[in-house]
Amino acid sequence: MLLIPCPHCGPRDETEFRYGGQAGVAYPPDPDALGDADWVGYLFLRDNPKGAWRERWVHVAGCRRWFDLTRDTLTNVIGRDP
Amino acid sequence: MPCDGSGALTDARATLRAVSGPSSRLPDHPDRLWRHPDPKPAYDVVIIGGGGHGLAAAYYLAKRHGITDVAVVERGWLAGGNMARNTAIIRSNYLWDESAAIYEHALKLWETLADELEYDLLLSQRGVLNLAHSLGDVREGQRRVHANRLNGIDADWLTPDDVARLCPIVNVSPDVRYPILGATYQARGGIAKHDHVAWGYARAASDLGVDLIEGAEVQAIDVDGGRVTGVRTSRGRIAAGKVAIVAAGHASIVAAMAGLRLPIQSHPLQALVSELLDPVHPVVMMSNAVHVYVSQAHKGELVLGAGIDPYNGYGQRGGFHVIEHQMAAALELFPIFARAHVLRTWGGIVDVSPDASPIVSKTPVGGLYLDCGWGTGGFKATPASGWVLAHTVANDEPHELNRAFALERFETGALIDEHGAAAVAH
Repeated sequence: MLLIPCPHCGPRDETEFRYGGQAGVAYPPDPDALGDADWVGYLFLRDNPKGAWRERWVHVAGCRRWFDLTRDTLTNVIGRDP
Repeated sequence: MPCDGSGALTDARATLRAVSGPSSRLPDHPDRLWRHPDPKPAYDVVIIGGGGHGLAAAYYLAKRHGITDVAVVERGWLAGGNMARNTAIIRSNYLWDESAAIYEHALKLWETLADELEYDLLLSQRGVLNLAHSLGDVREGQRRVHANRLNGIDADWLTPDDVARLCPIVNVSPDVRYPILGATYQARGGIAKHDHVAWGYARAASDLGVDLIEGAEVQAIDVDGGRVTGVRTSRGRIAAGKVAIVAAGHASIVAAMAGLRLPIQSHPLQALVSELLDPVHPVVMMSNAVHVYVSQAHKGELVLGAGIDPYNGYGQRGGFHVIEHQMAAALELFPIFARAHVLRTWGGIVDVSPDASPIVSKTPVGGLYLDCGWGTGGFKATPASGWVLAHTVANDEPHELNRAFALERFETGALIDEHGAAAVAH
């Protein structure tokens, strides 16, 4: 079980959180201008690194707020930026 | 009584030999089943990944397409990834026509595979049940039974009493948290011995001239003018006319070496076994809603699989709370498991696609092919995955069975949503 440092509530068990996948995937600023290939990128393509990456979590059983976290996907070490 | 006890020891050994008689008929130790060549400087085809799917593809390339100048390069040892970590369940009861076709092709191949490979795979078609615990589950399950029948796949809908008749140890009482309201049943489903499958394919491929190169980690893929030219490995560069990436949980990492970004996320998936028990559990029981699937292996251990851990991970281990959740579900379904001890737990890394369906496809890079995205259910597909990948590589065109499983579906929108039939929570 991960011990996740919620920026608002402090370190809590992983079971209090839901996962949100890769961080920093912005909604397209002008969706009408997007072609099919661009939509693939927004909807389906994500980084999948073995190592440090930024991801989203929401503290559903706590403050219910979303935040970003850096975690190493191989070692699960949290907090060291890539 | 002589103090050296040698007479007793001889007797004991004779008894041991007698007791272990059947095991002496089991296949040879895998060390002696295939050649261990050094890599040649060039091959017609290099397959990246020596798991079940890669080995099957190599075998069918040689056997069905006459392409024997093939190397399978494997970072670790053969079949040491998900092929060694799955729960060995085989079934073809998927919802959509495209999935039903490819998984049923696999099941038909399973039924004759031991003869073809001349290797006992311990295939046991003991029947697979997918339990329904809610009205939604019942509707989804019945819909899938009907869809299976329309596709010529054996499928039945079971009442709770039917479930109890097939598997007397399951708790079908209505007063539990997740009562059993019914189940889908595929009588031809079952389990096989996963190691034997890999060894059988490896031996047959090696005998046909395929080089199986273990301990060779691919570090780069060479692309020249939009066409793949070879791979660079920890055991040297290997030129190749064609390259297939069959790297399961590491598909994204390997594909990135050729500049490809995949709609794949890698997650830990855990399973566990109990100590050896007398035969108590005659079928394969799966429950989508409570995230557990259980069978009893040939040796006697209960084999239980869990849902995936929610986060991306490559650590080949997961959180213990996932195991706890899985065990709680298993104990409610099977109260007699309460005194069974867990022998060991482990995790593999599964390559999850957005629609819970695989990608077996050509790529934008010439001569580079993909076989990935099997996620939580790749073992059952092993023969068909190898079959269609071999066809795709040999002809530079997809087989009829994997045409729909191309990368392009994420752009056209022709997704094949099998989250229901995949049976493992993602």
